[in-house]
Amino acid sequence: MTTTGLFLLAILALGFLITFQIAKASEYVSVLKGEKKSFEQNNRINGFLMVVFLVLGLIGVYLCNKALYPKTLMPYPSASEHGENIDTMLKITLLITGIVFLLTQILLFWFAYKYQYSEKRKAFYYPHNNKLEMIWTTVPAITLCILVGFGLYYWFKITGEAPDNAMKVEITGRQFGWIYRYPGKDNVFGKKYFRMIDEADGNILGMLWKDSTMHTPNGVQNIKADPTGYDDIIETSAMYLIKDQPVKLIINSRDVIHDVGLPHFRMKMDAVPGTPTTMWFTPKYTTDEMKKITNNPNFEYEIACDQMCGNGHYSMKGLIKVVTRDEFILWRAKQQPGYKPATAAAPAPAEQPAAPADTAKKASAGALVPNSTLASNK
Amino acid sequence: MSHGHAEVLTTHEVHHDEHGVHHHHQSFISKYVFSQDHKIIAKQFLITGMIWAIIGGLMSVLFRLQLGYPDQTFPWLEDILGNWAKGGKITPENYYALVTMHGTILVFFVLTGGLSGTFANFLIPLQVGARDMASPMMNMLSYWFFFGGSIVMMSSLFIQTGPFSGGWTAYPPLSALGDASPGSKTGMDLWITAMAMFVVSSLLGGLNYVSTVLNLRTKGMSMTRLPLTIWALFFTAVLGILSFPVLLSGFILLLFDRHAGTSFYLSDIYIAATNQALPNEGGSAILYQHLFWFLGHPEVYIILLPAMGMASEILSVNSRKPIFGYMAMVGSLFAITILAFLVWAHHMFVTGLNPFLGSVFVLLTLLIAVPSAIKVFNWLTTIWKANIKFTPGMLFALGFVSLFISGGLTGIFLGNSTLDIHLHDTYFVIAHFHIVMGVSAFFGMFAGIYHWFPKMYGRYMNSTLAYIHFWVTLIGAYLIFWPMHYEGLAGMPRRYLDYSNWASFNQFGDLNRFISTVAMIVFSIQLLFVFNFFYSIFKGRKVTTQNPWGSTTLEWTAPIHPGHGNWEGEIPEVHRWAYDYSKDGRDFIPQTEPIAANESKH
Repeated sequence: MTTTGLFLLAILALGFLITFQIAKASEYVSVLKGEKKSFEQNNRINGFLMVVFLVLGLIGVYLCNKALYPKTLMPYPSASEHGENIDTMLKITLLITGIVFLLTQILLFWFAYKYQYSEKRKAFYYPHNNKLEMIWTTVPAITLCILVGFGLYYWFKITGEAPDNAMKVEITGRQFGWIYRYPGKDNVFGKKYFRMIDEADGNILGMLWKDSTMHTPNGVQNIKADPTGYDDIIETSAMYLIKDQPVKLIINSRDVIHDVGLPHFRMKMDAVPGTPTTMWFTPKYTTDEMKKITNNPNFEYEIACDQMCGNGHYSMKGLIKVVTRDEFILWRAKQQPGYKPATAAAPAPAEQPAAPADTAKKASAGALVPNSTLASNK
Repeated sequence: MSHGHAEVLTTHEVHHDEHGVHHHHQSFISKYVFSQDHKIIAKQFLITGMIWAIIGGLMSVLFRLQLGYPDQTFPWLEDILGNWAKGGKITPENYYALVTMHGTILVFFVLTGGLSGTFANFLIPLQVGARDMASPMMNMLSYWFFFGGSIVMMSSLFIQTGPFSGGWTAYPPLSALGDASPGSKTGMDLWITAMAMFVVSSLLGGLNYVSTVLNLRTKGMSMTRLPLTIWALFFTAVLGILSFPVLLSGFILLLFDRHAGTSFYLSDIYIAATNQALPNEGGSAILYQHLFWFLGHPEVYIILLPAMGMASEILSVNSRKPIFGYMAMVGSLFAITILAFLVWAHHMFVTGLNPFLGSVFVLLTLLIAVPSAIKVFNWLTTIWKANIKFTPGMLFALGFVSLFISGGLTGIFLGNSTLDIHLHDTYFVIAHFHIVMGVSAFFGMFAGIYHWFPKMYGRYMNSTLAYIHFWVTLIGAYLIFWPMHYEGLAGMPRRYLDYSNWASFNQFGDLNRFISTVAMIVFSIQLLFVFNFFYSIFKGRKVTTQNPWGSTTLEWTAPIHPGHGNWEGEIPEVHRWAYDYSKDGRDFIPQTEPIAANESKH
């Protein structure tokens, strides 16, 4: 331990000692002064502090809001339509609870101050009043019904079926990153099976790319290759979405529970191994537009894992790039399917000068992504 | 003062018949260690809980250090923690171990065991007028299972692979698979063992509390004359009895998945660390969450109800006024107890739960705000036109109400599934539950300790230290948790140890440092309280009157230092409810006083 550390500890201990001595002395003084007198004095001090706390507390609430509100997502529009609904709901709730908060806290501390002990006052024997109690049963009940009504209206809107024209993207969580999959030209996701996952072979999702036979606890399984998966695009660097085009995410996990958290879209859904989940939304602004709106040149739509998933949880970041339709088509055209025919399975060169169209993505794709280094073949 | 005359008269007359009370020789071990006296057991729970609270609180200081100063190293941390903080920086696995243990310890070992264990044991026999619990033996076992569970939980801190580190909710598959997280190896087995012992302790205690309240009330003590503390502790015990077994069953299935090759919670899992697909198929990870939260949500009320009950009692005594709406208070406790079982899935809105089912849980969850609102308004009316004495207990009871309002209102945000989509698992949640069930339950506990300390030890705690303790803790609690709501509104996720790599969340560096600093100050003030507590046991100002607060309830009719058996001679008979304060021009009328002919009715 450093000397400063010891020094700090010594100061702390000294502070304790002094506080304790003062406290003890005040006890003796109160005995000398007479218990009644010192009680009344302490009572006045605490009663006064009640109202001080109330006033300073409310000022603090205001200052805190002033300092921190700009750092939240609230000053900027939500990046999805669902998010706008959620923001509206937030404002309604904030208004109602805010009124109740102010009312009850002011009454609490004001009453405490006003009705502090005085020899002259007699407490009012007031055991119950059925009318009053009915009022504060029914008024909160009605208010809550309003909140439930608004809440469920938006809830069903958000969790309802995705529109027919929604683009489908699959997102799979794993310790500690995200894998995105697009269905390819045929618009059909190829089948996958978790026992087919082979990281060394580049099959990170367990796509049924080849026939195989395996021994499982359920007996021998013959697995047939699924050709619809040959053109699926598998990506780990970023998920590309189109502005104003609804997107339905099909959410999976490869190992433990993760959560696709999209704060700017106000969306969130768990990724549960063995139980696919879905959510849909419509991005309203491209990443570039959001950079301007938030006045932050570093703005990105980040995917934050919101469910404790292990020691790398805090670093489990994904990326969404919202682009225009044209940009998306361009990006799609550059993508290579993840499918790797058996013949090419042998040595997978990590760096291989490929056609210019392929190299664009290579830098960010990372070592786990086989698609940009291997030629497709269907 | 009118209290106590009956005892003074009878003590000498029956003295010689009461061998059980006075002349029974007890060894140190049977009196203080394996004691069957509910008062000693209560103190054992309290002091064990306090030790746990210091450990759990210190853990939060350590991980707040990481959160406040993610880019700095503290070489002295390595001196204290060794491998946990190599090079003066807490490693991720140990950060998560600290967070997980902090949650487990505070929720279960402090605010359930420490709070219910202390006050149910101490107050139930004394306030219903019983010599002891229905089964003192079971009561003793309850403490020793708690103690055993504590030892096992503590031991997990010292094993090679570290304690469990997957969050206090212990969701599988993470908690089931050692290969997914080192903390889920032996640490998790010890965690489950400790929790199983805790559940046993909780059940032994709870059954005792319920049977004592139902069967051992003194003559005249009808259920509607019980103080609200007893009602609250009674419902707490009912909640525990009905929900803890479900938790245990969830843990047992988890244990099977871990060691017996079953697939209750596991399906379709590939572990990258071992490059292996697991054999499990067909399980549901969500099943565990249903079982867990079926306890987990009632657990919130297991923590909160005793605090509510004690706050009600202390507010009334120190306001010199009856609690407003006694029957409504009992009714709202009952409503909360019932609803507590019907809201668990609000923790699971974003797990892929059927949205329709989710909507049912929204309705039921927001319904629980109605009895909560009744309680708040009744507390406010209780202090209206009162004559308030700011004893330390009263201050903490008032603080409890303030915190309960603040934290309760944010529950209306989170219980509404629409908002929960955005706020789930963010700092908003942390702020919400720390205020509403963490700090406010602690305030209830502090209120109880200050208020009943004279009954426990026959001495007072130092008031000046108590005032400092109260004001610093109240202000500190708000300074720590209020700004966290804003972090939540920025979508900042829980359980991250470093936000600096996130463009979306790295704007709160200063705030995190500020929160960490306040947390350290508040923690050190709690040490002042602990010091005050232990110092006052031996050196505090002595209690000289039997009923120092001028209270109506039965515990203050017992001697200042009650022996095993509580009352010398007959147990007093009860003639009225517990809240006749400032009635008919009298400051208070004890429950033991018969109703006078010309007394006004309430």
